[in-house]
Amino acid sequence: MASAKAAAGSAAKDPRKLKASNRRAGRKIGGSIAIFLFLTILGLFMVLPIWLMIVNSIKPVNEMFIFPPKWYTLNPTLDNFKDTYRVLGQMWVPFSRYVFNSVFVTVAVTLLQVVFASMAAFCLAKIKFPGNKIINAIIVLALLYNSNVIYLMQYMVMAELNMINRMSALILPSVASTMGLFLMRQSMTTVPDAMIEAAKVDGANLFTICWRIVIPNQKPALMTTAIFAFQGAWNITGGSVVYDESLKTLPTVIQQAASAGISRQGVTMAAAVILFVPPVLFFILAQSQVMETMAHSGIKD
Amino acid sequence: MDKDQIGVRTKQEQRRLLWLQIKQNKEAYLMMLPFMLVFLIFTVIPVIMSLPIGLTDFDMVKYPPTWVGLSNFYNLFLNDSIFIKAIRVTLVFAVFTGPLSYFLSFMLAWLINELNQTLKVIFTLIFYAPSLASGVYAVWQLIFSGDSYGIANSTLMNLGITTNAIQWLTDSKYILTVVIIVQLWVSMGAGFLAMRAGFQNIDKSQYEAGAIEGIKNRWQELIYITIPGMGPSLMFAAVMQIVSAFTADIVARNLVGFPSTDYAAHTIMTHAFDYGWVRYEMGYASAICMVLFIAMYFCNKLISKLLGKYMD
Repeated sequence: MASAKAAAGSAAKDPRKLKASNRRAGRKIGGSIAIFLFLTILGLFMVLPIWLMIVNSIKPVNEMFIFPPKWYTLNPTLDNFKDTYRVLGQMWVPFSRYVFNSVFVTVAVTLLQVVFASMAAFCLAKIKFPGNKIINAIIVLALLYNSNVIYLMQYMVMAELNMINRMSALILPSVASTMGLFLMRQSMTTVPDAMIEAAKVDGANLFTICWRIVIPNQKPALMTTAIFAFQGAWNITGGSVVYDESLKTLPTVIQQAASAGISRQGVTMAAAVILFVPPVLFFILAQSQVMETMAHSGIKD
Repeated sequence: MDKDQIGVRTKQEQRRLLWLQIKQNKEAYLMMLPFMLVFLIFTVIPVIMSLPIGLTDFDMVKYPPTWVGLSNFYNLFLNDSIFIKAIRVTLVFAVFTGPLSYFLSFMLAWLINELNQTLKVIFTLIFYAPSLASGVYAVWQLIFSGDSYGIANSTLMNLGITTNAIQWLTDSKYILTVVIIVQLWVSMGAGFLAMRAGFQNIDKSQYEAGAIEGIKNRWQELIYITIPGMGPSLMFAAVMQIVSAFTADIVARNLVGFPSTDYAAHTIMTHAFDYGWVRYEMGYASAICMVLFIAMYFCNKLISKLLGKYMD
């Protein structure tokens, strides 16, 4: 008890200390080491294929087909990346155009998805209004529903709205993500009603309550939604709804460049690495945001 | 007025009350409008349009589709032996990748949460990285390549366990196992990350309170504070796991080709892909998806029951 108080005292000065010293009961150092070792071993299994992808993308051709295959390379080279760039450079639309399309689509989809889903999720989780239950049920059904024909119907709707072969055809269908909404909603159910009532008494409107009070406390779920959104948006290929070369996205052309089979194995790996890097960077960015908020949160019931 | 009518609202009163409630909540409706509008146009309408297709014979050329009633469903269960095989493959697949992956995601999310902040980010990235790497099938093909250049084969041969290269991706004895391993590897996705968020969202002061009230170790903390506090995230992860376990077919198609030898990795979803995008028999493909949807719906109901007390 006394030590807890002392630690709480020091924590008041530095909120980070609280986590390190006093936060948890009964932590044994042996247990922590065991956890670390277990995660490391399992983690190795998880990263090995990715390690192999990265190594193979910087392997020179003569090392690619030796026996036994190696987990490392002695002469790392950027040839594969240069080849990828060369292949893409031959297309009659400049490479930068694909990059721009991809960045634009990804930013637009991620932003809109997170904003729309947050507002809808807040209302569905915390406000009692006629229709709430039905909409929640429909969201779960939509998550489970998966038809091969739905793309066809989506195309018909888009054709009706005159959206085919426009940027909006890449962006709008991905904006209303039931997964993002469901995730945010689930997370927001843990927000205490008293907090919202108190804000209402203070005269705040719903919009303010949502963005000023609830959302800042939902960073883990918000950032997770953003990660899913970014990842999905980054992989949008456009397929059948866009046929102008100048509207295509990076994944579309990179897959074209890499689809020449085993002879282009180096390029395939380089392409995989190029497509892998932006989501990873975004992931790290989003996760560090979460860390920061968690260090000084705690306004709850 | 009858005696039992006292205190019961008339239809008119009910309607007026509903209208009043709707008016009171117009702010909420306004805030949901952007999402709901896009959701309606690009999900609800296409889904409603696609529902009757399962009752038709539709090849995308002949328009309008011919109405055939329930004969697609009849053929599916009585005349399509590959579909029956696909049900079996899907079940094996779902049993291995569903609960196992769910349990593993939860355990990993929890263990990661026990580490310090920097390690948390590093390990979360490590376990989520497979879901971020969309073009990684090429690597798995390299690992399970059927010749002695494949990593799996060359390792086994170097260790002297086998002398011949094993045809991992074309021998029907191994296909399903290989696909399940790779699926487990990629399936640490949405559920895992949502659980991580759930752990992160638990109020730290609850742990301090718990420590004072006599929580002695990690296990007690997990059972008495953490799990009750993250119920909604557990439910989300369960739904996502059902979806990914039942609709898995991309891993199999990319890894062992389509169709796989002896249909060894032919899931219901692969079957739907076959009829939908190879044979253009959209009616039949829709019927397959409908059966899958109904199966997933009941599975979801079952799990909602099991996790019921955690559903808000």
